[in-house]
Amino acid sequence: MDEGALSCLERKVRLLADKNRSLLTMKGISIAFPGVQALTEVDFHTESGRAHALIGANGAGKSTLMKVLSGAYSHYTGEIWIDGEPAHIRSPKDAKAYGIQIVYQEVDTALIPNLSVGENIMLEQTVHGMNGKHFVHWRSLHQSAQAVLDRLRVNVPTKKLVQDLTLAEKQMVLIARSVTMDCRFLVLDEPTAPLSQSETEALFALVRLLKSEGVGIIFISHRLPELYEICDDITIMRDGRLVIREEIAKLEQHEVVEHMLGSKLDGQFPRRESKIGETGFEAKDMYDNGKVNGVSLTVRKGEIVGLAGLVGAGKTELCRALFGASESAKGELILNGVKLRTKDPHRAVQNGLALVPEERRREGIFVEESVVVNMTASSLSKFAGLGAWLNRKREKQAADGIIRDLGVKTPNGQAKVRNLSGGNQQKIAIGKWLLADADVYIFDEPTKGVDVGAKRDIYNLIAELASRGKCILYASSEISEIMGITDRVYVMYDGKIMKELETARTNEEEIMLYSTGGLIR
Amino acid sequence: MNSAEATRQSKNAGAFQLLYKYGTILTILLLIVFFGTMTDNFLNYTNIINILRSISIVTIIAIGLTVSLAVGGFDLSVGSTASIANALVISMFVWHGQNIGVGLVVTLLFCLVVGLVNAFLVINFKIQDMLMTLATMFVFQGIALTYTRGATVSENMILPSGEFATGQIPDSFGALGKAPWIIIIMLVVVLLVHIFLTYTKHGRYMYMIGGNPEAAKLSGIAVNKYRLLAYLISALFAGIGGIILGSRVMTAEVNAGGPYLMDAVAAAFIGFSVLGAGKPNAFGTFVGAVLIGILSNGLIMMSVPYYAMDIVKGSVLALALAITYFRSRR
Repeated sequence: MDEGALSCLERKVRLLADKNRSLLTMKGISIAFPGVQALTEVDFHTESGRAHALIGANGAGKSTLMKVLSGAYSHYTGEIWIDGEPAHIRSPKDAKAYGIQIVYQEVDTALIPNLSVGENIMLEQTVHGMNGKHFVHWRSLHQSAQAVLDRLRVNVPTKKLVQDLTLAEKQMVLIARSVTMDCRFLVLDEPTAPLSQSETEALFALVRLLKSEGVGIIFISHRLPELYEICDDITIMRDGRLVIREEIAKLEQHEVVEHMLGSKLDGQFPRRESKIGETGFEAKDMYDNGKVNGVSLTVRKGEIVGLAGLVGAGKTELCRALFGASESAKGELILNGVKLRTKDPHRAVQNGLALVPEERRREGIFVEESVVVNMTASSLSKFAGLGAWLNRKREKQAADGIIRDLGVKTPNGQAKVRNLSGGNQQKIAIGKWLLADADVYIFDEPTKGVDVGAKRDIYNLIAELASRGKCILYASSEISEIMGITDRVYVMYDGKIMKELETARTNEEEIMLYSTGGLIR
Repeated sequence: MNSAEATRQSKNAGAFQLLYKYGTILTILLLIVFFGTMTDNFLNYTNIINILRSISIVTIIAIGLTVSLAVGGFDLSVGSTASIANALVISMFVWHGQNIGVGLVVTLLFCLVVGLVNAFLVINFKIQDMLMTLATMFVFQGIALTYTRGATVSENMILPSGEFATGQIPDSFGALGKAPWIIIIMLVVVLLVHIFLTYTKHGRYMYMIGGNPEAAKLSGIAVNKYRLLAYLISALFAGIGGIILGSRVMTAEVNAGGPYLMDAVAAAFIGFSVLGAGKPNAFGTFVGAVLIGILSNGLIMMSVPYYAMDIVKGSVLALALAITYFRSRR
């Protein structure tokens, strides 16, 4: 099997010697999923020896396009051409045969943690290249793996277990695995999001090395500065369509941001007169395990404060830390001038905090329980009499009230939440906090996976809470939402607050620029 | 899918739901009719009392297990805890000459300590409940054995010093293990836990934790407090089971509680489906214990050898698990 790997390397060396430039072209790619047109007639073109940036806001279709290229979907329409010849790519195996390798953001899904680095690097050869042999030749396996690591100038012991590696090292192992196979184009899906500064530099050194060897790199990232540092060309996508393809040097950062955003205005946000009172909720110097790095913020009564930032900026981690749901979080919380000792959600709720979490099904609702049971989950003491005896009639009345107010579509209060739609489940996840009557409401992506009608209901509800003088923190990676509903906004990047802005005096471009780390460093 | 097929499928699903809800109770009725016609004495008053008496210890232990299942835990150490309680309560009378009050209180307090140990290990080390309590099951079994020095504790036993034990087991203690008290205790335990789990705030919280621990935590429920409570209740009822066992046989055999574990597990899991609850529940557990009790009793009356009984019990448990998990996948 080491022969297999070596012949691959030899082929690549020959490829270089020929100075053969490979061309990759995708033409008119469209793909739909139930209820969503994910890509519409997208064209994409790159060539070997260049790094190509692929950028767009969340949901623009970058990852979907690259999944099409790497054979993850078979039901797309459109054509893929390699070196002027049509390439038939409908499965990951097809894509690999054309020398297209992809390293996904979730590195752990592609690695086997309890095997060594060497075994993980040589995985393809061990699975497909054994040619009927049954015994593994350990020494040559580790030698081959070491040869690849040496060539890439990566310093990781091949006998170390993958589970003991850092995230950056795991990425290196995956890239090393890619180059043991025929690797003409390497897709890196947001590789730098979890990396530190020095790890990012190490990764860039590796990317430059591969580029010089003639590998074509496709680099997905939200971080503008690093794209300018490493990429030659850029393709910008929006709403599943191609916006522009250009040499990156010809576009300014603010032009990139404008192309990412386009111009769309939604009339679905409630008009509201903000009546902002004194400071109600305050957080000082919040830290959490590298995900939240020194955040301080304040929310006044009756104010909706936005928490903007792209996926992975640390919004969810901050929300959990504020609610006491993270054991590793540090920092100071002050509610109505009183310092809180919230180290667990139980006490947070008693103090009047409420969190509507991002992962609704896993964190927000009880799918096997009825609507009523879900609604009263956070306020059950109100319905318990002497000896903790539950008054089911009052429970039902209260739940029916919320079902009416929020327009939850359910046959009755006894229906299992499992059988309701995503939008209605989200209304229940919010509704339980209305019964709990909190002072501070933290919403983490409350409209994710929710249909348009339910979205409008949720916006109205949040506006209504603010008008009753509640403190509201609204985390979202949809900038149009932040613009539509908030009074003030904190923009997060890398676990830090980059900028505090008055919503009325800013625009989507400015928020996006700070979200992508633009104009800094 | 055309409409005829859809109708047939929903009909099938409806039939399955019906079978799921009432299958266990129906099986019990069919077994009663079957054994009643096949044997002469099955439906005798004495035999019915006999069956109820025989399932009472399993039921009490299984009810404790049910509470640990309700929070998403799994207390495998209930059999060993019953062994400890059994040894402790008999030794309190025989070795130490204590009265019934002291005997019961000391035993139950020690069982609470056992529950505390389980809860501490499971909660603090974040190890799967089933694995952790598998380990503590051995530890507690060993503690019971070491305490009795591997011997049976009974009245007039020979002590290691060579003398005879002089303590007497009080008559009032013996009464606990005889009908009607043993049956009354069982029914009271079932009723109390049923009310606790279904009609109180605390029971509701336990089911929520069992259903989705992360959502329960983020709803502000004190998850660890309730898991601790569940393990205390589990150990307490295992202890009561062990005490009743002692009062029934008036001795403490080596590892006497051990065999009750599998029967209790079977009863609790059969109980999941009873009346379509879909989760551990006290009434269902009782029905599960009745099913196992009737099966054992009837088969023995039909001269099936006792050593073949585990095949039947195991098969019933496998069937109950298959039904429960088949449904949860749908």
